[in-house]
Amino acid sequence: MGLLSSRISVTRYKVKGRLDGSVHETVYQSLKQRSIPNIEDDGSEAIVGWTSFENPYAPDFEGYSFVFGAHMVFALRIDKKSIPPKLVRKHCTLEVAKRLADTGRRYLSANEKKAIRDHIVLTLSRRIPATPNVFDLVWDYKEASVWFFSNLKSANEALETLFIKSFGLQLIRLFPYTTADLIAGLSDGERDLLEKLEQSQSEG
Amino acid sequence: MLDVAIAYRRYQFLGNEFLTWLWFMIETDQNRLRQYDPDLISLNIGSRLVLENTRNNAKETITIKGDEANLEEGLVALKKGAVVTEMHLSYKSVGQDWLFSLKGESLNISNLKLPETGPVETPEDLEGVVIEKAYLLEKVIGLVNNLFSHFIKLRVSDTWRNQTVSQIRKWSAS
Repeated sequence: MGLLSSRISVTRYKVKGRLDGSVHETVYQSLKQRSIPNIEDDGSEAIVGWTSFENPYAPDFEGYSFVFGAHMVFALRIDKKSIPPKLVRKHCTLEVAKRLADTGRRYLSANEKKAIRDHIVLTLSRRIPATPNVFDLVWDYKEASVWFFSNLKSANEALETLFIKSFGLQLIRLFPYTTADLIAGLSDGERDLLEKLEQSQSEG
Repeated sequence: MLDVAIAYRRYQFLGNEFLTWLWFMIETDQNRLRQYDPDLISLNIGSRLVLENTRNNAKETITIKGDEANLEEGLVALKKGAVVTEMHLSYKSVGQDWLFSLKGESLNISNLKLPETGPVETPEDLEGVVIEKAYLLEKVIGLVNNLFSHFIKLRVSDTWRNQTVSQIRKWSAS
């Protein structure tokens, strides 16, 4: 999902806090530190990291290449391995049968079955390549706003976690209440009334 | 500020009331919308409108789809106590058109089609296109923020309770 797509989905955020020192240098160092690693045989099911907007499959932030005018543009990449459940079931069934034959027993305990399953998932994870998912974002530092180009819950949660880990700044998702509180310019009195609002009574 | 997760659920209704008010404004007072956004030429309902009625502990969803769709069914649903939960909008400014969907509970923008920008044929073109796209995005996000800000100020005022609710009822019954 990206800025250059013909159809775009956007989740709006407000950034809480400011960076110390040079903004571009701090962002550059943080992006480099948390850029997505190029590991194919890692056993983990998902890897999350930053990547570059221009070249999402070979992250490169040199020369502040993420700066476009007043905006910083880069991307969140989630490399996820999805192992078909039927494949896991097949290997588990074969391994359980082999273990029973080897030991001469009639049953395996639940713990033994779980250990077999975990081992198979780990082994398959190492063999199956991860599918990369790239989600662009635009950060307007001056306005303390981030536009993230996905409405997917899992992608937004991954963004919020990685953003605070990387930059030490919290992202506040803008939905009706937070838009009213942070964007609408309400007075203190109006904000008090907002807190007490209840749904309007409709006819029927 | 309230805990974000609690605030999301507690004030979900505000987004749906916003979309319901916006439909009313689109149909009855485009001039007021132009005061809110001086660049606005027109704002219209696009090809999709979703309403939800949760009265009597039962959830009824009404979806109206298609270009030039007849919104009469939506007005009937409003009369019965439904609110708009999602709408597709067509926003026209000077020489430029945006199409997008807006969801009430999250105010998320989806299916956004920006006005045409120049092609990216060389790496040098990219910077110009990104800056142009960011500007076009800012316009539509600014529109949503601006409209919602006017709505929320009205919503916390006495005018909402004393005038606007009855005006919306009158419009939906007309």
